Amino acid sequence: MPAVSKGDGMRGLAVFISDIRNCKSKEAEIKRINKELANIRSKFKGDKALDGYSKKKYVCKLLFIFLLGHDIDFGHMEAVNLLSSNKYTEKQIGYLFISVLVNSNSDLIRLINNAIKNDLNSRNPTFMNLALHCIANVGSREMAEAFASEIPRILVAGDTMDSVKQSAALCLLRLNRTSPDLVPMGEWTARVVHLLNDQHLGVVTAATSLITTLAQKSPDDFKTSISLAVARLSRIVTSACIDLQDYTYYFVAAPWLSVKLLRLLQCYPPPEDAALRSRLTECLETILNKAQEPPKSKKVQHSNAKNAVLFEAISLIIHHDSEPTLLVRACNQLGQFLQHRETNLRYLALESMCTLASSEFSHEAVKTHIETVINALKTERDVSVRQRAVDLLYAMCDRSNAKQIVAEMLSYLETADYSIREEIVLKVAILAEKYAVDYTWYVDTILNLIRIAGDYVSEEVWYRVIQIVINRDDVQGYAAKTVFEALHAPACHENLVKVGGYILGEFGNLIAGDSRSSPLVQFNLLHSKFHLCSVPTRALLLSAYIKFINLFPEVKATIQDVLRSDSQLRNADVELQQRAVEYLRLSCIASTDILATVLEEMPPFPERESSILAKLKKKKGPGNLPDIDDSRRNVNGNTEHHEPTETTNKSPPSLMADLLPTNRPRPASSSPIMLSAGTMGSSHPFTDLLNLNSPPAAAPSLLVDVFSDLSAPASVEVSEDNFSRFVCKNNGVLYENQLLQIGLKSEYRQNLGRMYVFYGNKTSTQFLSFSSSVTNGDALKGQLIVHAKSVDPVIDGGAQVQQILNMECVSDFTDAPVLNIQFRYGGALQNIAVKLPVMLNKFFQPTEMTSQDFFQRWKQLGAPQQEVQKIFKSQHPMDTDVTKAKILGFGVALLDGVDPNPANFVGAGVIHTKDTQVGCLLRLEPNTQAEMYRLTLRTSRDSVSQRLCDLLSEQF
Amino acid sequence: MQFMLLFSRQGKLRLQKWYVPLSDKEKKKITRELVQTVLARKPKMCSFLEWRDLKIVYKRYASLYFCCAIEDQDNELITLEIIHRYVELLDKYFGSVCELDIIFNFEKAYFILDEFLLGGEAQETSKKNVLKAIEQADLLQESLVVFHSVCFFLILIFS
Repeated sequence: MPAVSKGDGMRGLAVFISDIRNCKSKEAEIKRINKELANIRSKFKGDKALDGYSKKKYVCKLLFIFLLGHDIDFGHMEAVNLLSSNKYTEKQIGYLFISVLVNSNSDLIRLINNAIKNDLNSRNPTFMNLALHCIANVGSREMAEAFASEIPRILVAGDTMDSVKQSAALCLLRLNRTSPDLVPMGEWTARVVHLLNDQHLGVVTAATSLITTLAQKSPDDFKTSISLAVARLSRIVTSACIDLQDYTYYFVAAPWLSVKLLRLLQCYPPPEDAALRSRLTECLETILNKAQEPPKSKKVQHSNAKNAVLFEAISLIIHHDSEPTLLVRACNQLGQFLQHRETNLRYLALESMCTLASSEFSHEAVKTHIETVINALKTERDVSVRQRAVDLLYAMCDRSNAKQIVAEMLSYLETADYSIREEIVLKVAILAEKYAVDYTWYVDTILNLIRIAGDYVSEEVWYRVIQIVINRDDVQGYAAKTVFEALHAPACHENLVKVGGYILGEFGNLIAGDSRSSPLVQFNLLHSKFHLCSVPTRALLLSAYIKFINLFPEVKATIQDVLRSDSQLRNADVELQQRAVEYLRLSCIASTDILATVLEEMPPFPERESSILAKLKKKKGPGNLPDIDDSRRNVNGNTEHHEPTETTNKSPPSLMADLLPTNRPRPASSSPIMLSAGTMGSSHPFTDLLNLNSPPAAAPSLLVDVFSDLSAPASVEVSEDNFSRFVCKNNGVLYENQLLQIGLKSEYRQNLGRMYVFYGNKTSTQFLSFSSSVTNGDALKGQLIVHAKSVDPVIDGGAQVQQILNMECVSDFTDAPVLNIQFRYGGALQNIAVKLPVMLNKFFQPTEMTSQDFFQRWKQLGAPQQEVQKIFKSQHPMDTDVTKAKILGFGVALLDGVDPNPANFVGAGVIHTKDTQVGCLLRLEPNTQAEMYRLTLRTSRDSVSQRLCDLLSEQF
Repeated sequence: MQFMLLFSRQGKLRLQKWYVPLSDKEKKKITRELVQTVLARKPKMCSFLEWRDLKIVYKRYASLYFCCAIEDQDNELITLEIIHRYVELLDKYFGSVCELDIIFNFEKAYFILDEFLLGGEAQETSKKNVLKAIEQADLLQESLVVFHSVCFFLILIFS
């Protein structure tokens, strides 16, 4: 008989579970459950008071029903009653119910908290543990509020039992994770660190987790833990015959504790103290040595536990990135695992090596394993392992092995799982570009990509090849020749037609000398694909044709015939029809000179980050990517130096570069030669106004001049009433008094902005000597440049004039410029000063990313000074849609499905300034009950985090 | 650790433990997706996989899958052994544990888990200590239950 029959068999429950299991169909199950629910409800409502046992049994049944996946909307009160039972089992079931089915009913929470409080004060360790488990399981804010100051006391009190200490430590850890603001630091922190010295290994294990979590938040407060952790680790690892009794797991000494200690040490740089450092090195060496010893057991548990410690040690070595010997040893060890018969170890070795590849000390060592990794790519049966192999090949690639790796990836691509093809395509395209010595290889590689996996070649990839061909004279002839040949394939991918059309349209003349690729042959070849292609590709081909007319006058008539055909001139698609009509007219009426000018070769694209890289980073997150510019990533430097995470215009793309939206080149379909309606008749209201509205500089009369000099703007009180209204929007009324209304319209792009200020005269009398200027405070000078165009000095009654302000954001800023306005109204000089709503967030570009990327980046920006958090009371009703609109208005992209809690909002964007670009991640967590928000911002610059947080937090 | 799920080969959820606050809807969605993903994998495949921004560590014991979701920085192998230690604890407590034990005594499975893991972290890794805590609790309930008139199945086995 199993030991479980001890105690409180609840027969009714067992019968009920059997009934459910015997149900033949889902309907029968639901019927049985509904019957039971009705029964329980009537029992709970009945006049007869239920005894404790029955209550327990019914609560347990409800729990079972809930765990089956059904909703439970009653029974909470009965469960709460059980909490105060003096019978242990009843209490236990009550707590279990509460832990699983937390209800936000505030009355109940108060009752629950009361019961917990009683149990915490009971001095009965079993009851205390139940209460602590419940707090840790629920972890709600209300509980944190009630107990966050109580638990540290229990944890460090001298007379607390060990098992209670363990529960208290992890309970505190949970509260610290969910409501870090409510867990007070205090004198107990020092005493918590000393738990690392505790005799009871269970206490040390629990405490280490807590300390790690706390140290991640405030490393300085827990620095003393380093030496204690090293000492403890050393005792576990290096003492030859230490008896850890039950903490030895399949002949491995305290594996869980060892892993946790090694993890704690990863919160810090290598110890400065030399003795401590060498002791730690000794530990790590011992762990590496042990890996070479014969196993003490054949059980997989033994090797798993041992290797768990080993992998954690390697993580620490990589994190420190300072001991070349250890790094190379780690690499060799992983190299062994690459060929291990355990799939799990091969997987982890590939994963771990990826990070090693980015350390300058071990990059070369990693490269020696290339053959093994290539072999893994070919032979591994599990796609997730192959995926790791691709990642590693990508990470270890450099100039010396690029051709081999690209070739292997290409051949793998032919059979690769569909799920990872696109990513491989991106990786190949990036490596081919980055390590191309001669660009003919590059062109070949990309064309191969299109041939093998055309469907997975995204726009970014073929845009990029065109950018490169256009920018490099030496490869243009080759590219033309190669695409020409590739187009001969009977079934070529549409992407190839696009590249082919574009390149031949630009550089077809370079191969036209050969009779096999004469202009007519080229044209016929392209046109033979025309009818099989989609509309955008056809549009591109039409542009290629008009370029042909310029390049080769001899085919002009042929092409004109094609353009003139009904299928073009009367095409149902407006864009195609328009292009055909316009190109035909252009070719008929324009002189050769004009044609040559209009259809000139595309100018070189400005050098910019590869759009493909940005796309891959978007897909994968930068953590898995080697820095594309050979400057090896500083693994542990992130916390101390934030410079490397910023990108200036010229510097190589760095960690944060993936946040930069890349301006795609826009080939053919919208190249400068386009004369279609969209661009020709373009009447952007602002551009128009801009051209018309530059009146000659106003020449105010001398008298007024004198006046305006007297009234220095500083003496006027600056109005900023409406300032904060513009944080999340760009248009609206900025200022209004009895005479004047000032309206704004603004638009921003990257680090530039333009603001249209409308001055409306509300009176029927003229404003005279009207002038307005913008002044920047001292702090703002050099950070933001505002150039104000002059404005008409007279505003008639009831009329409105407009002023244009051009702005450039040079670096991040906090202050706002001031708009100073002066005019004479009825003889009186009016002076108005208004704070201009130009804030840092205006220079946001939204960035879309996946959940995975988001979290990876979020973690990278984990240094304390990069994060700013604010908890505040909501000023407005908490409406999800309004909040969404505000966040979007703030300028970031709103990322759906990133936060596990759908009630939270998560956003990402990049602040563009002239000097740099700052990636920014934000998270807003509403608490509707408390009517509070918690806003967290992480950017690579502390000043930016702070400013954005201040701006946004006032909006809700 | 963010959560732990136990489910059968037929995809029936037997135990769920969440260490991060999520809505019921989200929990159901995650469970559905993960059960599907894990069941679709072949026996010899590796025990780890990337899923959303989490790492999934799973292992099959007889008819039950034990599946944990851990974060990027967490150690996969030690998580695999967390699963194993939990299985050992269940096995020791129930005596050759099988899926039925967990179905009929689900509350016990939760109690044992709470003694072993708390807040997603290992609280007590010594098998003896965990079982001692559970046995003490059982003793406590017996001594109280004895006074209780309604009591089925009272079989005491002390070894």
